Amino acid sequence: MSVLDQPAASVHAPAEDVLTASGLTGEMLTLRVLKGVPGGEAAEVAYQVPVVTGMVVLDAVHYVQHNLDTDLACRWNCKAAKCGSCSAEVNGHPVLLCKTRVDDLPAGPVTVRPLKSFPLIKDLVTDVSRNYEVNREIPPFTAAPDDGTPWRIPQQDIDRLYEFRKCIECFLCQDVCHILRSHDYADRFYGPRFFVRVASLEMHPKDVLDRREQTREQGGLGYCNITKCCTEVCPEHIHITDNAIIPLKERVADVHWDPVRFVGRKLFGRSGD
Amino acid sequence: MAVTPEPYDTIECDVLVVGAGGAGMRAAIAAAEGGCSVTVVTKSLLGKAHTVMAEGGIAAGMGNLDPEDSWEVHFADTMLGGQLINNWRMVELYAHEVIDRVLELERWGGIFDRTDDGLIMQRAFGAHSWRRLAHVGDRTGLELIRTCQDKMVHTEGVDVCMEYTLTTLLKSGDRVCGAFGYNRNTGRFVAFKAGAVVLASGGWGRMFRYTSNSWECAGDGATMAYQAGADLLDMEFMQFHPTGMIWPPGARGILVTEAVRGEGGLLFNAEGTRFMLDYDPVKKELSSRDVVARSIYKEVQAGRGTPHGGAYLDVRHLGADYVKRKLPSMYEQFHALASVDITSQPMEVGPTIHYTMGGIRVEPETAATTVPGLYAAGEAAGGLHGANRLGGNSLGDILVFGRRAGVAAAEFAKAAGASRAIDDAQIAAEQADLLRPLGGEGNGAAPSENPYKLHEDLQLAMQDDAGIGRSEESLKRALVTVLTLRERSAHIRVSGGRALNPGWHTCREITNMLVISEAIIRGAIERRESRGSQWRFDHLDQEVEFGKINFVTRRGDDGMRVESVPLEPLPDRLRPLLERSRFYDPAKLPKGYLTESAPAAGTTGKTN
Repeated sequence: MSVLDQPAASVHAPAEDVLTASGLTGEMLTLRVLKGVPGGEAAEVAYQVPVVTGMVVLDAVHYVQHNLDTDLACRWNCKAAKCGSCSAEVNGHPVLLCKTRVDDLPAGPVTVRPLKSFPLIKDLVTDVSRNYEVNREIPPFTAAPDDGTPWRIPQQDIDRLYEFRKCIECFLCQDVCHILRSHDYADRFYGPRFFVRVASLEMHPKDVLDRREQTREQGGLGYCNITKCCTEVCPEHIHITDNAIIPLKERVADVHWDPVRFVGRKLFGRSGD
Repeated sequence: MAVTPEPYDTIECDVLVVGAGGAGMRAAIAAAEGGCSVTVVTKSLLGKAHTVMAEGGIAAGMGNLDPEDSWEVHFADTMLGGQLINNWRMVELYAHEVIDRVLELERWGGIFDRTDDGLIMQRAFGAHSWRRLAHVGDRTGLELIRTCQDKMVHTEGVDVCMEYTLTTLLKSGDRVCGAFGYNRNTGRFVAFKAGAVVLASGGWGRMFRYTSNSWECAGDGATMAYQAGADLLDMEFMQFHPTGMIWPPGARGILVTEAVRGEGGLLFNAEGTRFMLDYDPVKKELSSRDVVARSIYKEVQAGRGTPHGGAYLDVRHLGADYVKRKLPSMYEQFHALASVDITSQPMEVGPTIHYTMGGIRVEPETAATTVPGLYAAGEAAGGLHGANRLGGNSLGDILVFGRRAGVAAAEFAKAAGASRAIDDAQIAAEQADLLRPLGGEGNGAAPSENPYKLHEDLQLAMQDDAGIGRSEESLKRALVTVLTLRERSAHIRVSGGRALNPGWHTCREITNMLVISEAIIRGAIERRESRGSQWRFDHLDQEVEFGKINFVTRRGDDGMRVESVPLEPLPDRLRPLLERSRFYDPAKLPKGYLTESAPAAGTTGKTN
């Protein structure tokens, strides 16, 4: 019996009752959003938003855009915590707006501000282009040219890499990292996201490049003093410090501070690995 | 109207790629490797495109787990799933080449789950005969986009313009020679002059209320192609993914990957009945998406829906560890957004608009559209998927035809030479049109309109009247609404300036969505049958005559025109391959050329 053989239940059933489906709770939320442009005045603007069951902060921002202020700028795409576009600071915490439930926040006004560590473009949108420049500096995946097909790789190697590959590039870790946020070392420090990237390449069983020296020199790996702020804000729960940064630091230490290799480097250049 | 345009920036390249999802990036890599300078333009940041929403995997007949599988079986499944109105040559190229594209992705650093032998793991998916989807957890789309992104940004000759919107294609005579738009962050106008243009701008789901699509999916690319004179194909076919979230309200429409069912998830109605056993006893939960979506819809209509109007999707029997390992982002999504632990509670799901089978009409080999210099690939293009796309065939599509489009566009650009003359009158007219909504309080004759309100009205009309089930009556109602909204859209006004003003950005997207909505509705009216995703309450049967044609939409002097074009019959060399599908049943072939010649098929084509 095919579905098409069955008579339709009704010729045209309307969608379910819109009011029941709307989930309105009758409560109102005060949403305080930083509005502004570089060089201009930036000020918090308060909006009143009707609370809907299970709503996330991005829903509230959309309500403002649709009903109160069509000019309010906010980045977003998937609204399912898969693309990492809607990063901002809610009540001072770096989060994805699409994954932050209003009913998980303390009662009272909710404050939304742009990421602090990046230059402001407008309202909740910042200039994150520096991250894309860093990514270009990291040499791409490089396999041995004579490594035949098909590749055979144990699942346990994939499991280890998978954690790093989960990164959605929301740059919350870059925002919270004090080397970037307080010390402004963007010119000499890749930041947590890109140590995760390097780790995913360095630990790939088919990648043949030695990335340790470059990560130390250009990446500034040594500046990280493992405060784990990046791990705390990661919406993908990547153990950035424990599984990416610390193993990288150990590998760099192996090659750089081993006394035999140190002498070898002095005598023969960059060999002796 | 001023003939002299406002000053604008000019960026010149050999090949302009519109869109930076998998298709756009794969096209850019191919064009650059073909010796061309390439500029990729994206509305968003790099790596955020809709490709990340594809979760289940890439279908490729590698046979790593099931040696019976091959490109031939993949061909057969895809044709049968598309109800035999696919472009068979596209399907043939696709099934052949997708295997190489998967292996290539791995060579670029993409990771896949492995078999016990260390080969690429493959998972079962709806209406695929064998375990076929190469995957990594439930984030294969993210893996694909990140891999292509890293390959592309390290490819010589590729520049990326992030957060630009393109609004019109520029033409020199009959030939496309670039595109015009603006920098979203500054509002400054920019013209891209190019030897060839690849539209890899994705699909269009935003005109429906419940959709897994992001704001980007407004049909910009297809609208630009239509306005430039290109043909659109089979626009009536919109895919409802059977399983989207339905609660809480803000999460409604968010995708619940088919991998949940691929890994063994089961569907139940509110009475605890596993209803797919009745609707499709052979493929069950892993029937094709059109069938599963309709089945859920029917259960709800029959009063057997869940409290929020859907079905239960249950993975509890798979065990918590397995669920967290194979479906980690689904676990996280339900935990965060719905406070549901899917290892101990069932998910509530219902159909959500997910994908556009129709699209810009292209040549199979080159992805060339009907306009010289213009190419289209991925979801923006039509033909590969016919009346219904099988899961896992979109990530493969973007790699295979993204590459083909890039190669062909590079060849065209090199042969086309340096003539990329831009018509300033065209640009001045476009600028005036774009700036109109910023022009103060309206013209006084009609109240000014809020673009978001127009969008909401369009979404309601399309969802209710041109949605999963349609009739001539409902479709005509939707058409009236769309035409009325078009009149209202002339009065859209927004506040603020041109710098990063989402209200202003939405204005042109409304215009585009109205064009595409009209095409969907007109195609759906003409197709007086039910086939694949098209479910007509007033024409429940499949008809032989509609199995022998496609519908083409093009711009005419007096508005939109829809006409049927004959479908080329399956050639003798490919016809026997259909029998290789596990789901081949000569008594239930999609109606068309094949059933017409079959002696037992009856005379009217309206049997069974």
